Amino acid sequence: MRERRTAQEARRAREFEAFVAGAGGRLLHAATLLTAEAPADNPRARRLLTLALAHTYACWDRLHGEDPYNRAREYLATRFAHGAWHRYAALPLGRGRPLTAVGPLARLTPQERLVLVLRLYEGVADEQVAALLGLPVERIRTVCDRATATLLHPPRGPAPAVHRAKAAAS
Amino acid sequence: MNRPEREAAVRQLMERSAPHVPTELHADVVRRGGRILRRRTLARRLLWLLLLAATLAFTVWAVVAQPWVEPPSQTTPPLTGW
Repeated sequence: MRERRTAQEARRAREFEAFVAGAGGRLLHAATLLTAEAPADNPRARRLLTLALAHTYACWDRLHGEDPYNRAREYLATRFAHGAWHRYAALPLGRGRPLTAVGPLARLTPQERLVLVLRLYEGVADEQVAALLGLPVERIRTVCDRATATLLHPPRGPAPAVHRAKAAAS
Repeated sequence: MNRPEREAAVRQLMERSAPHVPTELHADVVRRGGRILRRRTLARRLLWLLLLAATLAFTVWAVVAQPWVEPPSQTTPPLTGW
C-alpha cells in the first residue's frame, strides 16, 4: 500500500516536472508581456508565473482530465487582472519598484495587454477571454482592435504631450 | 492591411525576445505548491474538528436538557388533598 503510494507520488512529481519544463518558457514569456518588463529583468512576471504554477501543483490531482496549461494560464490571467490596479498602483503599500514599462507592449494599458496576450499570443477564443475576464464579447473585440491599432500605428510623442499638459495644469 | 495581417504583425511583435526561464523555477514552484497543499489540509482538518466538536456539544446538551420532554405545567395548581 505504502509502496504504491510512493510510486504514485513519484510519478506525479515526474509529470509535474515535465509540465513545468514544457510550459514554463511560454508562460513566462506571456507573463513578461503582461507586466511589460524587460526579458532579462522580470521579477513581477516570475512571481506571477511561480504563483500560477504553484496553484496548478496544488490542484494537480483534481484536474480530472482538464488541461493543466489552461488552468495555469487562467490563474495567471485572473491574478494579473486582480493585481494590476490595486497591488502595483502608485501607492505606498505597492511593493517595490516604480513602473517603467518596457518591452513590445509597453505603450498599452494593463487591460489591453491582458486581452492582446490572451487573444493573439495564446490564441484563446474571444468568448473564452470574455468569460474569463467577466466582460462582454464585444468589449473584448473592441479592446483587441484598439490595442492592435495602437501597436501598429503608434501615436506620435504621447509621453511629452502628457508631461506638458501636467506642467501647464500645475 | 486587413485583420489577419494586422494580427499576424502583432503576433510577430510579441514573439520576439523570449525571456530566459530561471533554473530554480521548479523547486520554487514545488515549495510554494506544497505549502498551499499543507495549508489546505490543515484548514480541512480544522473544519472537520469544528464540526465534530459542534456535534458533540449539541448531543451533550440534548441529553442533559432533554428538550423533547414536555415541561411541567405552570398554570394549573397540582391536584392535592381530595
